[in-house]
Order: sequence, then structure tokens, then C-alpha cells
Amino acid sequence: MKLEADALFEQAVETLIQDIHAQYGYDFSGYARASVYRRIRRFLGNKNLASIEELRKNLFQDSYFFENFLQEITVNVTEMFRDPTFFLALRENVMPILSTYPFIKIWDAGCSTGEELFSLAIILKEEGLLDRTKIYATDINQKVLKQAKEGIFPLANMAAYTTAYYAAGGKTEFSSYYTSNYGSAKFDASLVKNVVFYPHNLATDSSFNEFHLILCRNVLIYFNRTLQERVFGLFDESLVSLGYLALGKKETLAMSQINGNYTCVDKSNRIYRKTT
Amino acid sequence: MKKEAKVIVIGGSWGGIKASQAILKQLPASYSIPIVMVLHRLRHFDGNLQIVFEKRVALQVTEVEEKEKLKPGYVYVAPSNYHVLLEKDQTFSLDVSELENYSRPAIDVTFTSAADAFGSNTIAILLSGASKDGSAGLKYIAERGGTVIVQDPQEAEVDTMPLAAIALVPGCQIMNSERIQAFLLSLHDH
Repeated sequence: MKLEADALFEQAVETLIQDIHAQYGYDFSGYARASVYRRIRRFLGNKNLASIEELRKNLFQDSYFFENFLQEITVNVTEMFRDPTFFLALRENVMPILSTYPFIKIWDAGCSTGEELFSLAIILKEEGLLDRTKIYATDINQKVLKQAKEGIFPLANMAAYTTAYYAAGGKTEFSSYYTSNYGSAKFDASLVKNVVFYPHNLATDSSFNEFHLILCRNVLIYFNRTLQERVFGLFDESLVSLGYLALGKKETLAMSQINGNYTCVDKSNRIYRKTT
Repeated sequence: MKKEAKVIVIGGSWGGIKASQAILKQLPASYSIPIVMVLHRLRHFDGNLQIVFEKRVALQVTEVEEKEKLKPGYVYVAPSNYHVLLEKDQTFSLDVSELENYSRPAIDVTFTSAADAFGSNTIAILLSGASKDGSAGLKYIAERGGTVIVQDPQEAEVDTMPLAAIALVPGCQIMNSERIQAFLLSLHDH
């Protein structure tokens, strides 16, 4: 009985994915299904919707509701200096190479609400590179881009972020980067003065510039192998020769077709360098 | 429908590492069913559970890599700070979304996705722990005809987790680690 209901649910999700693509242009067909099912069930529960049919009605009548759905269906959970050893490696091993360029371009792909972006900006600043760096911060979701631009994060997280910041080789008082107000920490706007915020869909959009470093951490885990391959192709096109690609701690280039063009310069932190 | 064990999912928290070692230690290196293990630990504890297990079990112990395919003879351990999900094509997906039951990895997430992917061919075992994580997932598996086993609360180092599961899933089988091990051996395809 349950198994039949599950099968119907899964079919309904497939139809919904096609219809969302047709109506709103967002293509979720390459998303890993187990996670999609979980996100949708969670969304149904939070919104008190009994079925996909009910969800469908709301989605196609109300574009604001769709925006909300989009934000919930794509995972936007993130933190500052997530995996401090990664940021330490970025600081110690990648920044010195980037500093040899007169002008640095970085793509933060899937920047979500901006925690990673601000972490990156802080490291660039401490390494004296922020003023000659341009960062393109992109996400599928316009709403989170707006949040990222504001750089306001819950004050309650600052203790954990401070620890992570020092583990990432932080050089000053972490609290000097933000002012606290009513339970929020607002980060210094000058950190993102050279950042371009830009909606970009990895599933459908193309390469738009050339970069010395691309960060795309914990985004590809939500995609199936086919879509991952597309995105790797996109990154390959968008990286300069000898440019760097940084993935999440559990993501790998190993199975991809572009793997031959790269060397893994830091295995545990998943930092790759283009060799061609 | 005839059941054919395709995956064994194990969840545990406080006391779960010890209990799972006891259960897995007699399984042969050629054990025919892949095993996926979700054990809570400190969020930023990066120490490798793999090493903790390697010395004590004959099976290959490895941390889950995303999109990796399930293979017999392996115990897959959930990495710290990621949820682990199973797909119908027998590969893993990882997920860094919200904590569930204050945990990431959460046992409920893996159990639920295992039932979605493998239906009644899922074997789930919930061990010792000071959390309620796992109960809902166990119920979900039981409702889809899977086999659900809870460690005997009397034996468990902390009984909160087994007791929560027994309360929520009346049809679960309660076994001590010796019986769980014998049961797992009985599934092994020689």
C-alpha cells in the first residue's frame, strides 16, 4: 500500500519537474532524486499541503509561492569557514599563486546566503588581495543572492564561526569584521564592494567569464552524474590555464571527463588545478 | 512479495560504535550484502571512524563518497556533517541540509531513503543511543515491509534510542547483539 503510494508520489514528482521547467524555466531533471523527494516532503509538511496536486496548484497560480518553493527545494544551509582546513589551504597554498596575477577573478558558484563568500573575502583581505580581486557570486535563487549581498548572519553563530576562523589561519579579531545589532551580525560592506551578484543556473546557463579560481562546494552533491558532467564542462571552459577549482570535501573530479586536464593539488581539501 | 535483503542500514549514537563493532566482527570479508552505517558523533569531529573499525572487522570499511555505488563486502560509514541518502540506482547521494533530530548525519534521513530505494528489501538495525533519531525512519521502513531490528534496551549502553523505537514501531524485533549477528550471518549468501 505504502509502496504504491510512494510510486505515485515519485511519478507525480517527475511530472511536476517537467511542468516547472515548462512554466518557470528551472530545470530540476538532473537533480539527485533521493534529496528531491526529501525536500519536497519536507516542504509539503511545512506548508501543510496534503499532496503534490495541492502543491502544484499553489506553484502555478502564485509566482511568489514558487520563489519560496525554489528556496526550500534547493539547499541553502551553509556556514562561515566551513571546513577550516580548506580555507587554511586556500590561504597558504592558493593565495600566493593568485597574488602573482595583477588582477584576480574568482567565481563563487552556488554562493547561497553568502557565508562562504564573506569567508573568502576575509581571507583575500588578510592576504592583501581583496582590492585587486573581482568575485562573481552566483546562485540559482535571487532571494538568497539578496541575502548574500546584505551579509547579515545570526549573532548566535559567531562563536562557532570565530573558532573556525582561527582554525583557518585568521589573523585578527574576528569581531572586527562585523557589528552586532539585535541578535544579528552585519559584516563590513567593504568586504563585498568588488563582488558582482548574479543569478546563474548551473543546470542551464553557460560560461560567462574566465576565472583564476572557481569555488563550488557542496552544490554538485545534489546533481546526478549527467548534470555534474555538464557543470564540470562549464567550469573547465571558465577556468584560465593553471586556474584552480575547489569542490566540497566529499566531491570529486575523479570520475569526470575533464579529470585528465587537472591535477589534484590538495586531496583532503579537494582543490584541483587545471594543467592545460 | 519475496524479500531479498539488498542493503543493511545501521544507526546508532552513544554506545553505537561499540555495539556495531560487536555485531560486525564475525561477518566474513565476502559478506554478500552492503552495509551502511550512520553513527552520531561530534559535529566537527573529523577523526576517522574508518580507522576505528578497520582493525576490528574483516569487511572493508570506507567513508561514503558521493555517487559511489554500493558493493557487497563493504561497510559504508556516513561522513561527519553530511546526511547520507540512497538512490534507486544503488548509489549514494550526500546532502548538507538542515540538521534532523539535532543531527547531521541523521539516521532518519538514511533509513527513509533506504526504504524509498529498496522497499521491503531493506534491513534496518537501530542500536544504543541518547537520542530519538532513527525511530521515524524505522517506522517508515516497517510500513514498507522492510525488516526492522532494535538492540535490546537492556543490553544497550544508553537505552533512549531503542526505547523510543520500540514505542513507535510495535512490529520491530528486539535482539541483543549476539542475535543480531547470528541473524546477519543467516542472510549471508554463501
